[in-house]
Amino acid sequence: MKLGRIIVKRLLLSLVTLWLLSVLVFAGGQLLPGDVGRAILGPLADADAVANLNHQLGVDRPLLVQYWDWISHFVAGDMSMSYTYRSPVAPFIAAALVNSLKLGAVAFLLVVPVSIFGGVWAALHVGRPLDRLITVAGLSATVLPEFVTGIVLILIFGIWLDWLPISASWPEGAGPFTQIYHLLLPSMPLFLVLFGYIARMARAGTIEALDADYTRTAVLKGLPWHAVLWNHVLRNSLLPTITVVATQVGYLIGGLVVVEVLFHYQGIGGLIYTAARGKDFPMLEAGILTIGIIYTVATLAADLLYSALNPRVHFGAVE
Amino acid sequence: MSVGATVDTPSQTGPAQSRATAPGPEALTVRDLDLAYRVRGHDRQVLRAVSFSIGRGESYGLVGESGCGKSTVALAAVRYLPRNGRIRGGRILVENRDLMEIKESELRHLRANTISMVYQDPGRALNPSLRIGRQMSEIFRLKGLSAADAMDRSAMMLGRVQIADPGPVLERYPHQLSGGMQQRVAIAMALSIDPKLLILDEPTTGLDATVEAEVLDLIAKLRGELSTSILFISHNLAVIARMCDRVGVLYAGTLVEEGSTREIFHNPRHPYTVGLLRCLPRRGRRKDRARLDTIPGFLPAPGARVSGCIFAPRCALADDHCRSVEPPLIDLGGRRSRCHYHDRAPDLPRLTPSDLPIAGVIDRGEQPVLRISQVAKTYGSGNHGVRALVDVSVELWPGETLGLVGESGSGKTTLARLLLGLIPPDSDGSIELDGEALPGRIDRRSPGQVKALQIVFQNPDSALNRSRSVRGLISRALAKLAKVPRRMRRERLLSLTRAVRLADRYLPARPRQLSGGLKQRVAIARAFAGDPRIVVCDEPTSALDVSVQAAILNLLADLQRERGVSYVFISHDLGTVRYLSDRIAVLYLGRLMEIGPAERVFAGPHHPYTEALLSAVPAIEGQDRERVRLTGEIPSAINPPSGCVFHTRCQRCLGAICREQEPPLIESEPGHQIRCHIPAAELAKLQAVQG
Amino acid sequence: MSITSSDAAGALDAASPASARSERLRLLLRSPTFLAGIFILLFWIACALFGTRLVPVDPYADDLLSALTGPSAEHWFGTDALGRDVFSRVIVGARDILTMAPLATILGIVLGTAIGLVTGYFRGLIDDIVSRLVEAILALPLVIVALLALVALGSSKVTVVVVIGMVFSPIIARTVRSAVLLERELDYVSAARLRGENAFYIMFVEILPNVMPPILVEATVRLGYAIFTVATLSFLGFGIQPPSPDWGLAISESYGLINGGYWWTVLFDALAIASLVVAVNLVADAIHGVFET
Repeated sequence: MKLGRIIVKRLLLSLVTLWLLSVLVFAGGQLLPGDVGRAILGPLADADAVANLNHQLGVDRPLLVQYWDWISHFVAGDMSMSYTYRSPVAPFIAAALVNSLKLGAVAFLLVVPVSIFGGVWAALHVGRPLDRLITVAGLSATVLPEFVTGIVLILIFGIWLDWLPISASWPEGAGPFTQIYHLLLPSMPLFLVLFGYIARMARAGTIEALDADYTRTAVLKGLPWHAVLWNHVLRNSLLPTITVVATQVGYLIGGLVVVEVLFHYQGIGGLIYTAARGKDFPMLEAGILTIGIIYTVATLAADLLYSALNPRVHFGAVE
Repeated sequence: MSVGATVDTPSQTGPAQSRATAPGPEALTVRDLDLAYRVRGHDRQVLRAVSFSIGRGESYGLVGESGCGKSTVALAAVRYLPRNGRIRGGRILVENRDLMEIKESELRHLRANTISMVYQDPGRALNPSLRIGRQMSEIFRLKGLSAADAMDRSAMMLGRVQIADPGPVLERYPHQLSGGMQQRVAIAMALSIDPKLLILDEPTTGLDATVEAEVLDLIAKLRGELSTSILFISHNLAVIARMCDRVGVLYAGTLVEEGSTREIFHNPRHPYTVGLLRCLPRRGRRKDRARLDTIPGFLPAPGARVSGCIFAPRCALADDHCRSVEPPLIDLGGRRSRCHYHDRAPDLPRLTPSDLPIAGVIDRGEQPVLRISQVAKTYGSGNHGVRALVDVSVELWPGETLGLVGESGSGKTTLARLLLGLIPPDSDGSIELDGEALPGRIDRRSPGQVKALQIVFQNPDSALNRSRSVRGLISRALAKLAKVPRRMRRERLLSLTRAVRLADRYLPARPRQLSGGLKQRVAIARAFAGDPRIVVCDEPTSALDVSVQAAILNLLADLQRERGVSYVFISHDLGTVRYLSDRIAVLYLGRLMEIGPAERVFAGPHHPYTEALLSAVPAIEGQDRERVRLTGEIPSAINPPSGCVFHTRCQRCLGAICREQEPPLIESEPGHQIRCHIPAAELAKLQAVQG
Repeated sequence: MSITSSDAAGALDAASPASARSERLRLLLRSPTFLAGIFILLFWIACALFGTRLVPVDPYADDLLSALTGPSAEHWFGTDALGRDVFSRVIVGARDILTMAPLATILGIVLGTAIGLVTGYFRGLIDDIVSRLVEAILALPLVIVALLALVALGSSKVTVVVVIGMVFSPIIARTVRSAVLLERELDYVSAARLRGENAFYIMFVEILPNVMPPILVEATVRLGYAIFTVATLSFLGFGIQPPSPDWGLAISESYGLINGGYWWTVLFDALAIASLVVAVNLVADAIHGVFET
């Protein structure tokens, strides 16, 4: 009952966030200097053609009308026309999204278990050399831009050792294993960025739980160590980590732009990059809004999961 | 550490002399325990050669002020020290097994079968994400019981700690229980293994006095039923006096005195114990009769190296011998004292003059300094409004102290913040300062009104801006409140800090460099910067140790005598309220239940709630009246009981009339009003029978 | 008895006679990670300031005849596709990023601190609105927001600085706000109100000094992210433009060549960026550790 109210509240807040986001994105599109038709057709085209194109694209209408037109179609799944390709945006977004999700999934499935395990392991050996190593190495990995680690990894594994393919694009009709094989190298920079962050959170949460009075209670009950660890320490320490993992979805997508450019991969990041370079605003706006939706949904899901797992939330002690 | 020849073997001392002791090995023996915490590469010694032992079935109290190492003893006794804690010498034996020698598996076995522990803040001691049933039954599961049996036993244990309806409690999560309930659950868990040794580390600290009394009753009752030995740790002398057979007094990591409870509290033989007992504002001591005694000086810094007696710098008996030769724990026949001059300890000279140079005057002339009429405060609105304060009317006269007492949630602090203008009152009702209406919000008050009302907060760490120096803190108050021009400020600053007995050398210090007592002096200086008419003291001594508390109470009383200021004094500690107050107001669920002259309120006849509050307070002198216990939880202010709000917990409830009609405040004698349907004469009779 | 370490009568904490600030500095100077980080950072700052005078070859001089030669005694790190000396370009390449990133960080800290103080102290409607906006901005990865803004506003160094600063400000505001929320519950704020202080004084004179530690920690962390973002944007071709010897730009210009085995055209730039961001974060981590204890 309480949980139901929380869900509704969070859902509404997410919708508000998304609406604000769409306004921001749309406003960004309106800041383009000069008019759209001129930007597309170039300085040599004659004024009639520009006006004609502007009318055709609908960019000569009042802003509110344009916004309403854009957002209502977007919600219905119709993402308007690309300036560059002169064809609907939606199929491009859909295809790119599938590719990006594959890459993101490979990175995520690798990083989440490894980093949580690493963080917990470091927490259980606080102050020892391996803890220092995980902390310092994790921290350093987190702050390296993906194109830096990507370049170094390509040089080492792709060129000098020649173990992994340096292009993320697999041959037409490749099976899932080949696809994963091609995605291994591109997912490594993402892995490195996320590892340090998640491991750090898991470590901090676990140390806090280890030092908590309830853990002392559990130890003093005479429970075996594994029972203390599972039921008392990890149960409390990994909850906040869930939220952290979800917020990382955003960073992951930000990293996708760079990784997809570096590895010549046809994902949403690459699409946004191309659209940005070509000033293809409908494409850019649609791509960015799609990413915003994914992030918001992921955060919402994590929030709800956290609420469901944490009795202090769904029995109303904390909001 | 040099020790004499006759000392320190626990077998010489007498668990055998204790009444409850059964034959067999001691439940706990601590021998020459030296313990240090490693802080930034340096060992800071926290326990020095601590030795004591607890016989079977005995209840042993360890008492001492904060930082003396009592909780460290408890943690060492279960071998659960913080990561940086290290035992540097000595032994700890539980049931004759050396805790430092045994293997991890044996230790676990010992914890699962022999020792258990209950500590302060039960809210943290229970796992927030598991149901109570799960947390309790895992103890029985460990012993091989089936899930269903384990749950049954858990319910039984809850019954044992007087939880009437265990079923729903087992289904709850810890945060869904009140503090008192959580501590009962923690006690039930600790007792589930039928331990040979139960360690209670400040088990009632932080609970309301009435709840504390209940929990202490429970422990006392269970002690009668079980053969458990108890190590009871507390800073509260009265609680220890009530609960323990024998007592050890810790000072700065050293056991300075040990003996039977009676001996320690009635005939102490160490100057520290003597001083500590004299600091307490006990019955019969009042601000207009004498100052409280204090222990001068400060605890040695943790880790400081010592030569000679550790208490010597603060001791009025100390001479060169004390400062160079450390006294051993001298056996005095069944009791021990670590003092060269233990025979002279009871005659310890007073260091604080007890006489009062000038008498305080309360001016009950034409007009009270403050008149509160029908003031109320509602949080929220409509049906969900919480009435934190309901139609309170009080007057305060110049030079007078009004004590405010009541459990948490009674509205004491709301009333204080409302007077100060920090929260606006509901629109009906009025506050008058010197006969003039006082606006409800601070930003609508005139500068004169702002400076007239000041406050001393409970926690000086929170009340003093930690980025300012003492000089900065007080100067700003002088500039804003007293409008002292810059060139005169230094002079005024010095006269103010001297008035609160704060040495000049502390002026450049930041709050974190000062001890709790000094910080509170800074806060008091700040409150007095603008010569206020009224100072609200919101639990000003409850964060302080008793020896420091006495000095602060003396200071407040002195300032009042010198300056004729009025106090609104809030405290949960009835001893300090009694010492400082001229009149006392008792609040319950935001309603004024009783108000009258301090001695009349204490002596009775009083409201049944006041009666219960008074009898909840453990006293070193022992109880002089039969206990009146409050049962049940404090009702929620969101949905207060009908009629008399106290009827749900009242021992003297008359029935329908109490449930249906709210009684008016009735004057029982001049200046003494009680909100009760029972006439004062009848109350006097009922309460006399009990007394 | 006598306490040999100091006078017992002094309640001034005998264990820490030094002020908190010099104690923290002492701790920092004993931390190996801090020393390593600050050493590398100072090296790059020196390169940014005096690099052009120190390098053996003019970093901007093309020499198409000796393009893409490998590391040698003459060109320690080899030459790029235009025949420019990679070693000289790496040394000088710190300049743009080490001006833009700190400026962006300072802008973000100033804006974010002001927003955080106001929203945290007043709460209420302003707080709700700002919080929603922050949520919306945070729903997008920084690089993508920056892309959108750079496309819309046109790409320039100033735009990059302003965009990064603006995007940082709500993140910093959130940190400051939560610190302020804790502070405003403390009694010294009530004490200030009871002295008749106004809201501006309470926010900026009473509260601000006490929330400086988290702001300082946040500033060092943000500096790391600013470097990260500036480098990434110049890799993507936004912001810093040719012929700047900027590292990210250099990698962007040359990474197409690595298939041909011209690894020196990107590796040294990559290592330079890596050393700089790691150094900043070692410093940030050490500062964080000192303020936590």
